[in-house]
Amino acid sequence: MPKRGSAAREGELLRGTLDLLILKTLVLGPAHGHTIAHAIEHRSDEVLQVEYGSLYPALHRLEARRWIASFWGTSENNRRARYYRLTPLGRRQVVHQESRWDALVRAINLIVKPATE
Amino acid sequence: MAWSRFFRRARWDAERARELEAHLQIEIDEHLARGMAPDQARWAARRKLGNVLRIREEIYTMNTLAVVDTVWQDLRYGARLLRRNPAFTAVALLSLMLGIGANTAIFQLLDAVRLRSLPVKDPSQLVEVRLAGTAPRAGNVITRYAQLTNPQWERLRADQQAFSSMLAWAPMRLNLASGGEIRYAQAIFVSGNFFEMLGVSAARGRLLATADDQRGCNSRAAVISHAFWQREYGGNPAIVGRPIRLENHALDIVGVAPEGFYGVEVGRMFDVAVPICSGAELGGDSGMLDDNFICWLSTMGRLRPGWSVERATAYLQTISPTLFRETASPRLDPEQIEASEKFRLEAVPRGGGFSSLRTRYEAPLWLLLGLSTLVLLVACANLANLLLARAGTRAREMAVRLATGASRGRIVRQLLSESLLLAAIGTLLGAMLARAISAALVSFLSTGRDPLSVPIALDWRVLGFTAATAVATTILFGLAPALRATSAPLESVMRTSSRGLTASRGRFGWQRALVVAQVALSLVMVTVALLFALSLRNLTGVDTGFSVDNLVVADIDFGGLAVPADRRLRLQRELLDGVRSIPGVTSAAQVSFVPFGGWSSRDEVRMEERPQHQLPASMNDVSARYFETMRTPLVAGRDFGDRDASGSPTVVIVNQTFARRYLGGTSAIGQRIQMRTGPRQWSTAEIVGLVNDTTYDDLREPFQPIVYRAAAQERDPSSDLRVVLRSGLPLAGVRSAVTKMAARHNSEITLSFRAFPTMMRETLLRDWLMATLSGFFGVLAILLASIGLYGVMAYMVASRRNEIGIRLALGADRHSIIRMVMREAILLVSVGLGLGALLATMASNAAKAMLFGLAPTDPLALVAAIAILAATGAAATIIPALRAGRLQPTSALRED
Repeated sequence: MPKRGSAAREGELLRGTLDLLILKTLVLGPAHGHTIAHAIEHRSDEVLQVEYGSLYPALHRLEARRWIASFWGTSENNRRARYYRLTPLGRRQVVHQESRWDALVRAINLIVKPATE
Repeated sequence: MAWSRFFRRARWDAERARELEAHLQIEIDEHLARGMAPDQARWAARRKLGNVLRIREEIYTMNTLAVVDTVWQDLRYGARLLRRNPAFTAVALLSLMLGIGANTAIFQLLDAVRLRSLPVKDPSQLVEVRLAGTAPRAGNVITRYAQLTNPQWERLRADQQAFSSMLAWAPMRLNLASGGEIRYAQAIFVSGNFFEMLGVSAARGRLLATADDQRGCNSRAAVISHAFWQREYGGNPAIVGRPIRLENHALDIVGVAPEGFYGVEVGRMFDVAVPICSGAELGGDSGMLDDNFICWLSTMGRLRPGWSVERATAYLQTISPTLFRETASPRLDPEQIEASEKFRLEAVPRGGGFSSLRTRYEAPLWLLLGLSTLVLLVACANLANLLLARAGTRAREMAVRLATGASRGRIVRQLLSESLLLAAIGTLLGAMLARAISAALVSFLSTGRDPLSVPIALDWRVLGFTAATAVATTILFGLAPALRATSAPLESVMRTSSRGLTASRGRFGWQRALVVAQVALSLVMVTVALLFALSLRNLTGVDTGFSVDNLVVADIDFGGLAVPADRRLRLQRELLDGVRSIPGVTSAAQVSFVPFGGWSSRDEVRMEERPQHQLPASMNDVSARYFETMRTPLVAGRDFGDRDASGSPTVVIVNQTFARRYLGGTSAIGQRIQMRTGPRQWSTAEIVGLVNDTTYDDLREPFQPIVYRAAAQERDPSSDLRVVLRSGLPLAGVRSAVTKMAARHNSEITLSFRAFPTMMRETLLRDWLMATLSGFFGVLAILLASIGLYGVMAYMVASRRNEIGIRLALGADRHSIIRMVMREAILLVSVGLGLGALLATMASNAAKAMLFGLAPTDPLALVAAIAILAATGAAATIIPALRAGRLQPTSALRED
């Protein structure tokens, strides 16, 4: 479905990562899109910059998989905002995604830093 | 992908829009809190978020089945385009509709009479038990599929072990009226287990059972068909127990057969089913049940589990000798008995049912199917041409769309949808047309005396096949513009699409080939159509030896009166005189076999002086003034007269073929012949007259030797008579006058009438069918081919405007321009005609068996077809050619 073809493969990896980051953020409690982005940026010491253009489609995708659910709430400064929270299915996914992430990191490290092993 | 979200994608989108709006607000709030100016804050927030619409679109496409969405869009766009080109749409749809409709209709018929199984339980186990070989059956064969006499059937049923059960049946028309003019019901005589063995259960009441079919027929039960129930009784729910009169005998309706059950004969629907035991009363001969001379039943068996058709045949062979020896009729000659003992029964698969239609119409239907396939091919070629022509005009549109960012795939998909839309609508229309055509064909072949009822169901297999052809064509050729547009470099298309100096030949390659194919196929069809038309002309032009105008055949039956045999001749004579005395009747005569009546009698006669030579001849019994009534000239001798009565010397009249073939050059009058009157019994008769040759029964046969006996000298007169009369009255007038005359004798006399010209036409139904349908297909093909040719030539002229303009500007003569265009067309048509002539010769060979009076190599049809196509080709080209000649060079060159 992605239209701009060449980015697809790279995007796939990033997208998966973004999903994990969103899920991990929501473990702390419900949050709306803006907060999620900020939280990710803040907790990564501003290394990871979240593209809103990817964030909202990612949220939608996760919701479609029923890993997260959404509701309308009121933000800190009294604005209506759409909040997301983890579903029980999503909690199980966090564990699963984490172990996948660990496996991935280990695998990449095996190649990137073989000498130190 | 959840469907619920697909259908609610618009609401989801609104939700996202609100969410993103909220996001912006929060971001702006934050910026403001950090002390940014409001405008700047808003701008920064927007820039950070990026293109909101794109985010929404991405989410929207996640929610949608993209294919469904774009296809829907494409279809709507396609429909709009079709509406805006009504001429193109009409021609395309009409070609598809006619091609698909004709094909489906004919295949449906073929399927119904040839391919489909009976709608009964396990039809694959059903076999017919019949006489092996083609040796003629001795005795009186009185029904359409008759194989056995009733005693033979009873023995076979009792003795056989090959079948788990066996049924017997026979079709016959039975009179519903108890006097006056006859009203026939299509009846079937069936064995008691008929319905049970076929696994049919009653719609009302009960069906016949074994108990109904016992000697004596005490239950007097009859079952009517669902259609007859609706037609005659208006579907009256209180039908069970009502009496029904057949051949003046009362029976009780015990039940109604289920809807759609037509018996075991394909193409005919029974009205009423009666047990075989009622044959003695209703069948017209008291000996139907016991006389081994009357052969009227056909039988079916259900194979026992594990028995094959071959095993059943082998078994039947072993029981045949005993069966036929013990059921030999004493009315047969010893030689005939000897021959009949050699008869062997065999089993043949009959899961498809009995059908005389099959033998009569199978070959014609296959041929028509072939022709209609050609029509479909021509129609598809035409459509392809139209699409290709449109491709040229749309090349620029495609280029513009590509330039503005449409993807190749998207354009291809859109063109595909357009083609599919055409194919789908065309198929739908074709399916509707097919129903109408099949119904029309059936009613065309149906006659008042022989009503056909072919169960036609829309055949999904053939519809699928023809639709697939149409879809394949439209896609193949509908795609061409897309591929061409997307493969050529954009800027070159933009530059040259309307301003090519000369169109390259390659661009027309396909279209030219298609026109050639259309012309070739059309030639085949027109040739075949002309062959059938010529054949029909030959048949209707056959010199029958009599004149049919104003002739009416009246069948007068006084069987209900129980007139003793010795008084029948007198009653016959009185009734004949009664007919003759009707004002307006010019002349009338008695006859036993009328030409085209469907019945004939062939026998052997011998010359008195050479009894060892048996001479085959057709027999007829006529009264005085028969030849006068038929307007057949008497060549020599005299007509029968009052002096030729039962006591006087036996006399006969023969025709010229008889005299020429059997009497050599000698004068026929006064010679003596012998005729068979029983086993080894011959009676001598003197030839008193010689008449012109006439057709005996079949128009296709050459003249036969005919012996006319004097009806007044009949030894065993029947209780009916057939009168042929010539009168200036209309048929209805003859009917009422003769019916009134008969009623004055006795109100129980029954009558039926046939107009002679109608009878004659009905024997040519098949030929009319072939001539009409192939003619229709031929005209269709010519029409399509001319449209194709016109389209290609018009398009060629349009795309060579610049070239023609330059030629004219440089001083070319207008006539030379017209000639140039015509030359192109003539080339295409000639190549097409050349190829077509080859194909047409092969097609004529296939049709040979159905043609009459034409040499297989008769060139008339081919030559005429070539002339017709050449003329229509010229007519189709002349308009584009003249338009090319009238072109104004200035306007042609200034354009674009």
